[in-house]
Amino acid sequence: MATIRRLLSTSLVILLTAPALGAADKLKVVATTADLAAVARAVGGDDIDVTALARPMEDPHFVDAKPSFIRVVNQADVLIEGGAALEAGWLPPILDSARNPRISAGSPGRVVAAQGIRLLEVPTQLDRSMGDVHPQGNPHFMLDPVAAKTVAQTIQTAFCAVDGARCPDYEVGLRRFRDAVDAKLATWQAALAPLKGTKVVTYHKDFDYFFERFGMEVVGTLEPKPGIPPSPTHLTELIPRMRAEHVRLIVIEPFRERNNPDFVAENTGARVLVLPAMPDGKDAPDYLSLIDSDIRRLVDTLRAAPATS
Amino acid sequence: MGKVSRRVGMAIAVLALGVAGLPRGVRAQSEELRRELEAMRKQLKQMQEQLEKQAEINQKQEELIRKLTAQTTAPPAPAPAPAAAPPSPPSQPAPSAPAPEKPREPWSPTQPITILSGARGYLNLSFDALMDFGWSTTPDVTTIERGDHDPLQRGFTLPNEEIFLDGAVDPYFKGVADLVFKLDENNETEVELEEVYLTTTALPWNLQAKGGQFFTEFGRINQQHPHAWDFVDQPLVIGRMFGPEGLRNPGARLSWLAPTPFYSEAFLTVQNSHGGTAFSFRNADEELFGRPPLERRVRNPGDLLYAPRYAASFDLTDSQTVVAGLSGAFAPNASGPNTRTQIYGGDLYWKWKPPWQAGGFPFASWQTEALGRRYEAGAATLERPGLPTVALPRETLFDWGVYSQVLYGFTQRWVAGLRGDWVSGDRGAFSPDENRADRFRVSPNLTFFPTEFSKLRLQYNYDHGQLLGDDSSVWMQVEFLLGTHAAHKF
Repeated sequence: MATIRRLLSTSLVILLTAPALGAADKLKVVATTADLAAVARAVGGDDIDVTALARPMEDPHFVDAKPSFIRVVNQADVLIEGGAALEAGWLPPILDSARNPRISAGSPGRVVAAQGIRLLEVPTQLDRSMGDVHPQGNPHFMLDPVAAKTVAQTIQTAFCAVDGARCPDYEVGLRRFRDAVDAKLATWQAALAPLKGTKVVTYHKDFDYFFERFGMEVVGTLEPKPGIPPSPTHLTELIPRMRAEHVRLIVIEPFRERNNPDFVAENTGARVLVLPAMPDGKDAPDYLSLIDSDIRRLVDTLRAAPATS
Repeated sequence: MGKVSRRVGMAIAVLALGVAGLPRGVRAQSEELRRELEAMRKQLKQMQEQLEKQAEINQKQEELIRKLTAQTTAPPAPAPAPAAAPPSPPSQPAPSAPAPEKPREPWSPTQPITILSGARGYLNLSFDALMDFGWSTTPDVTTIERGDHDPLQRGFTLPNEEIFLDGAVDPYFKGVADLVFKLDENNETEVELEEVYLTTTALPWNLQAKGGQFFTEFGRINQQHPHAWDFVDQPLVIGRMFGPEGLRNPGARLSWLAPTPFYSEAFLTVQNSHGGTAFSFRNADEELFGRPPLERRVRNPGDLLYAPRYAASFDLTDSQTVVAGLSGAFAPNASGPNTRTQIYGGDLYWKWKPPWQAGGFPFASWQTEALGRRYEAGAATLERPGLPTVALPRETLFDWGVYSQVLYGFTQRWVAGLRGDWVSGDRGAFSPDENRADRFRVSPNLTFFPTEFSKLRLQYNYDHGQLLGDDSSVWMQVEFLLGTHAAHKF
């Protein structure tokens, strides 16, 4: 018993003497992914401190539930998650350990971005032989700027509920973000107008909302089923189909391997385009610059790509 | 059995008699009953019609919502949402104020609507099956594989088939139940209530309490269920210290998340200290170190099991994380009237996962645990048939061991692993003792994960024991998981 007491008292002393965090009066916001963090920053501006858990270039389905996240979520006033089971593989254990009632399910501080989005590809039946299909629909909606506006509204509502005193600021932030998206949307749509109806193939179902918004068509994925890596059988079926449908573009996220995309490109004459799906704080510091640069890359690549015979 | 069936028979006879001898009054009653039944039938029909009407209305509403949603997302919304959340006056306590109630307001197309629904119930339910098959140079596999969820025999073993239930109980508690089925050597089904506990979700001061039957938070692997293991079998040192079942018992645990700039958590567990799941403690099931176990009662709170733990974690870089912990477990043991056991452990886990990972790959990790045990063994007289009687003195026995494992997820879906195990102990009066003699094991393995819901694993074990000699084993493990895959802790 004496040993236990000694052990406990020593650890207590160590912990209590550790520097306590300064009580910043900014709203502490934690977002699971960088895109949600960017929209939160647009709405909250200087009134909030935003931390994104997943790194901008990594596969958001397979993030490690690092213990450091527990500490961050423990101190959050607002937690923004994508929802639709995007983070199902890593967020629950963090929430269990974080013991933060401000962000527990159903609290004003818990934001589920998918709430309010018309999700694509909602399965009519749940069957894992069809791959890792998300039960509530495709969760990769943030590349659709119109969906991002809805998310901004959801976030602003939560900010106002949690931090009523600065609600006018958040309303201004929301209005500014929406106006900026609306202004840009016309430009983006004009830039992509000549490409309307262009058929593309993607690696995973990450870009469906984006291409639907801009009138392009995703006719297939390199993955035979969601979450299942490309198989030779699938590719030998996909390649002739891409040739027949004159697919000129294969769009992949930065974290994907290049062997399969390059192989398909070689055999179809299509080009591989790496499109970042998240703002990274460098080339694309915020949400608008991400969409901007993605659209620029898309236009440039398609302009350079010869129309396949 | 005979008594019960006789009673049932009598009851039936009485009932039959009663029905046969229905007086006239009862017949009138039955007439009334029939009328009531008729009325109820009518009501039911009406309700059915109403339901059908409601279903039609619902369908229409759904269509409308779908149309409206299509409109919301199509044209850019020009105006900000009308008064979704008006600036609250300063007198209003903002943080505790409920979220603006959307449903009560007239719905406008610019407002978010709730489409998420239904897919999750009150309870996450999963079933996980582990199957082993393989061969060993020893015909008695249990001499080298001491864990209850390890391969048991040459050929096939179903070591761990578990039903896992979890969910939020209410706003204050989360509940977990884990029921394990397994087949023993004689193909009899064994059932274990492995874990059943609740944890609090809303205690103040960063505290969290846990109560029920659960794996003691000691080190890393003791809390992991076999399906989360990176190898087919449990490390040798865990078997030596915590026995075939791991350290778990009914009890309670309090943990405190410290407000340090890094992750840092302190745990204190208090559990019952008896039974096979408290192997090195008041374990009356097993004769350890030549001492026949005594029935020891709990005389005072000091006779329970106390297990403190402290863990901290640091992100060394953007892609490297380290978790380190120190644990202890203290309780009386069953070898004498006043004997106690102390187990100490240190654990270290390092993981690298680059910022461009896809599907969780590539990654590399290193995990090591070292444990030491101080066991006060009581005096005893050892009588064995055909051997001279030996008087075992009261003595203090020291045992220790370590395992270290490296995993490398070299490409998507493939993980290569290598584990080294070593256990040892000082010399006691009862010698040689298979539970304390030197042993080591080297285990390379290769695992293929078709998805996160299944796996195929091939493992080779080279075993060397001071008393056991050398053995080679090859084990294949197959796993499948149905239902919700509970996310793993780091």
